Amino acid sequence: MLGTFVVWALFAAWSGSRGFLTIAGTANYLQIAAQLGIIGSVAALLIISGEFDLSMGSMIGATGMILALSIAHFNQPVWVGLLAAFGFALAVGFINGYLVVRTGLPSFIITLAGFFGLRGLALAMARLLTGTTVVGSLDSHIAGDPVAMLFTASVDGFAVVIVWWALVAAICHIVLMRSQFGNWIFGCGGSATAARNLGVPVERVKIILFMSTAAVACLLACIQVLGVGSADANRGVQKEFEAIITAVIGGTLLSGGYGTVIGTIFGALTLAITQQGLFFAAVDAEWYRVSLAVILLSAVLLNQYVRLRAARTRL
Amino acid sequence: MEIDGRTPIIEVRHVSKYFGTVVALEDVSVSVHPGEVVCLLGDNGAGKSTLIKVMSGVFPPDAGQLFVDGVEVHFRFAHDARQRGIATVYQDLAVMPLMSVSRNFFLGSEITTGWGWGPLRQFDRKAADRIARTELLKMGIDLRDTSQLAGTLSGGERQSLAIARAIYFGARVVILDEPTSALGIKEAAVVLRYIVQAKARGLGVVLITHNPSHAYPVGDHFTILDRGHSLGTYAKNDLQPVRLLGMMSGGAELEELTHELQQLARSLGVASASSE
Repeated sequence: MLGTFVVWALFAAWSGSRGFLTIAGTANYLQIAAQLGIIGSVAALLIISGEFDLSMGSMIGATGMILALSIAHFNQPVWVGLLAAFGFALAVGFINGYLVVRTGLPSFIITLAGFFGLRGLALAMARLLTGTTVVGSLDSHIAGDPVAMLFTASVDGFAVVIVWWALVAAICHIVLMRSQFGNWIFGCGGSATAARNLGVPVERVKIILFMSTAAVACLLACIQVLGVGSADANRGVQKEFEAIITAVIGGTLLSGGYGTVIGTIFGALTLAITQQGLFFAAVDAEWYRVSLAVILLSAVLLNQYVRLRAARTRL
Repeated sequence: MEIDGRTPIIEVRHVSKYFGTVVALEDVSVSVHPGEVVCLLGDNGAGKSTLIKVMSGVFPPDAGQLFVDGVEVHFRFAHDARQRGIATVYQDLAVMPLMSVSRNFFLGSEITTGWGWGPLRQFDRKAADRIARTELLKMGIDLRDTSQLAGTLSGGERQSLAIARAIYFGARVVILDEPTSALGIKEAAVVLRYIVQAKARGLGVVLITHNPSHAYPVGDHFTILDRGHSLGTYAKNDLQPVRLLGMMSGGAELEELTHELQQLARSLGVASASSE
């Protein structure tokens, strides 16, 4: 949290005069933060429950393509495309979760299959039906569609994605901290066996969370596709890692059992401010990845230190 | 089996359990009455864990019967056993170090306010804090703040948290899986004191331990298991601590080992190293 302000102040001083502090600049990094925050918040819940979803990025590509194809290729209304995309996402999320809890294999491996499979599927599907991997010219179909407005509206340059972020983060926070389900999430990550012995439906919790990560990946895909007016099967590359990094910078433990959604909000802001700050400072985009590495490493080391202090056993 | 005409809270009769060709339990019978501490003793692989898993509904027996309050039951899940008042506190696994004390206390049986729906009902944190605090106080643990992480508790306190939780949620029989094995002498004494307290409150206790010096002071009956078979159940009066130790560690084998070690010591030129 403190880190976010430090990063912000740093860039305010460095590139403030070049547009970083303007309303447009702020809207810009808020939009990036919102995109990270939407997938990061739910990824955080999944990580707290002790699992990963590496298929999120490919899911963005695949569901975006499903939406665009059903609109542009099959001439369906937007809401049918959304239904198809979300239906597909929830089904794949269910399969991910079901395989993880049934086989007991690490979710890292199970969702790695989705990581490759969904990307390949998106590319193959697009090429098969349209001969290209970028499906564009959706604008004429989208224009004036009231359902599409939910994903494309903006006020004074602040896109509706920020509202979606606030909504997703608020729901995640309330579920995690205030509900019975939230206690189960912590319990699953603390020790799945012990939680099961205490009566927590561990399998159900994990499957629901895998479906949720898939659903928010789809939500982000819909926002991107309808906002830009085209779908690229290569969209969302590395987003699964950025979602995990967002959660980890926000204080969520990679080993599960501990984390917050509030922290994830600041994680998303930190990443977005860094990315935009570097852009306004006219530094090569490659440096973003270097700073990402630095931020990630320091966050993980800090988390580890805090965890060791908090869970210091006095046997 | 009835003692003084009282019905045991839980009784297993002639229970067997096989894992493939491995005999985990063969024709074992145990019963627990209110206010009674039954100790299950035996070496690793004797079948202690299998027996308590049958009693707590983790898996069904392949043969034999389970009775609760004299009525035959078939547990399908651990949940079924818990609903009949049979609670199990597993070693180490009972408490999540990175969750708060009160969250731990209510894990899996969350107290909720009227708000929300299904598993999204609101977790009543204030009530959880208050109840966890009073219940732990009953066990002699005074926490200022039950929202502190359970990882900050000592090992004995964590065991007590798990026991307090089981009792609060209506356990009439508490099954304790090696509650003292990872603890120092003082911490173990704390846990043993709670066992006696639970017994005084009329609960049945099943205590699993390697350590006869922990079992003997608190136990009323002792069932000794060896490679899945019961070597018998003994009342405290019929049993000397020394004999208990002998039976637990497989008596004859221990003598043999002692003899062997003495021989080894002699051959190495060390005078009676094993006995002093």
